[in-house]
Amino acid sequence: MNLRAMRAIVRKDLKVLWQSKAVTVPLIVVPLIFLVVLPALAALLPSAAVQAGGPLAQIDRYLQQMPQGLQAELAGYDQAQKIVVLALVYFLAPMYLIIPLMVASVVAADSFAGEKERKTLEALLYSPTTERELFVAKVLSAWLPAMAVALIGFLLYSMVANLAAWPVMGRLFFPSGMWLALAFWVAPAVAGLGLGATVLISARVETFQEAYQLGAVVVLPILSLVIGQATGVMYFNLVLVMALGLSLWAIDALLLWLGGRLFRREELMARVG
Amino acid sequence: MADDVVLIAQGLARAFGEVVAVDGLSLQVRRGEIFGFLGHNGAGKTTSVRLLNGVLRPDQGHVQVLGLDPTSQGPELRRRTGVLTETPALEERLTARENLLFYAELYGLAPERMTERVEALLEIFNLASRADDRVSGFSKGMKQRLALARALVHEPEILFLDEPTSGLDPVAARAVRRLVARLSREEDRTVILCTHNLIEAQTLCDRVAVLKAGRLMALGRPADLARRWGRNLRLDFEVSGATRGLALSVLRATPGVAELASEDGVISVLGIDRERVPDLVEALVGAGVRLYRVSPREPTLEDIYFALHGLD
Repeated sequence: MNLRAMRAIVRKDLKVLWQSKAVTVPLIVVPLIFLVVLPALAALLPSAAVQAGGPLAQIDRYLQQMPQGLQAELAGYDQAQKIVVLALVYFLAPMYLIIPLMVASVVAADSFAGEKERKTLEALLYSPTTERELFVAKVLSAWLPAMAVALIGFLLYSMVANLAAWPVMGRLFFPSGMWLALAFWVAPAVAGLGLGATVLISARVETFQEAYQLGAVVVLPILSLVIGQATGVMYFNLVLVMALGLSLWAIDALLLWLGGRLFRREELMARVG
Repeated sequence: MADDVVLIAQGLARAFGEVVAVDGLSLQVRRGEIFGFLGHNGAGKTTSVRLLNGVLRPDQGHVQVLGLDPTSQGPELRRRTGVLTETPALEERLTARENLLFYAELYGLAPERMTERVEALLEIFNLASRADDRVSGFSKGMKQRLALARALVHEPEILFLDEPTSGLDPVAARAVRRLVARLSREEDRTVILCTHNLIEAQTLCDRVAVLKAGRLMALGRPADLARRWGRNLRLDFEVSGATRGLALSVLRATPGVAELASEDGVISVLGIDRERVPDLVEALVGAGVRLYRVSPREPTLEDIYFALHGLD
């Protein structure tokens, strides 16, 4: 493998990406909303409610509908703390996964379909890079920024959660072991899922917008996790998160294998026209 | 492969579904030659370039370029060839310098050589003053020059140029033609030029291949093709007014004269075999026609091209 050529492609793709407001604005704004604004609100609202003497008793009724395991994990907290922990540790966990998924999808759409749309692919195909080098470089071009945003987002989330919830929690309570697994085991796999799906879609479409819009379908499984947890069907614990990560890595492997099979000079050149 | 032959294609064929893009192409190209692929859109020029660079696989036939098999040794081959694609295919969000540096790195130029080479190309192609501007703001001519610079960044032995002057203004087109000529004459690079600009091909190319629907219709030096395919000349006779009638009757009676036209004291004989010219002059003079001037008009590459395509 020609690592230097691959590095050049990754660097070029990131530079090109950075020059497009249509791509960079959602990559900055959405993580800020999901990982800074939402956790801050989720942490501050219970403290405000406590200060205003509002009713928090309903949380116990709601928790009774939740799985036993979750109820046990929340048993040692008072009512305000339960709301904070429930929101920040459990309910926002699947929302966090949307970030690497979205970033990977956007960047992959720009890198694969966008390259076709900008008609720059042909020159790249005439270069001495092999198909594998080109494919791996393109995959890394999308996966690396997705992971960078996800990990920076995780750090921000941790800081916001601890700071905003300090009046209620009175101690550093975040991240939990489950969240560490989520950030370092599941998020990379989720990025791979967005990436793999977009690579497959990009092989069939002509523009960045088409690839991005069709790629958005992969957010549905993540939304089902949000709903599943909110309705008490399941909750994010370490075992579930590890199993989820494992399943996603297996799906990634399949998607990227299929994507790699489609990423053939012949096929790509035929689509260039 | 003989020392000076850098490209051999033998029975090369490629179809896309039902459409035959290249059909039994056989040719050789020598080092330092400017070789033209002529043909309409869809004649198979671009597909041939792709086959010769190993980005498409042939359905049939064999190719060797610089002693390498493009199908199995594509990366090694493409390190030694440069391609100017039909569209400039530049990263418009990057600057001219960034575009060239990217390709310099991709083609494996040594880091210490990259900057020097890129700066030299920016100077050669008169882009140095705009080197740090984004390509999206460039004119079509500037983009074409930058794309040409990119194709040359790794100093390829063979340069494939697909419509290099398409859409350029006359000044820019001439600059590109001069550069192509210099690459061949002074730097001994082989240039494969795909064009449907026949004047350009006649001016630049040492040899041409005329393609039609993927098939090779003619191959050779433009002058040889003109002789081979354009044996029938147009011959203009300027005769005295008093003997014009006589001249016309002599010419009409001459076997092999297909078509006659008379205008402003000049009689034009169309479709005459060049071997018949001395006989024709002798017959006119022998009959007493006062002949002031005889002007043969050699067929141009354009005439040949149109004749091969069955067009007027």
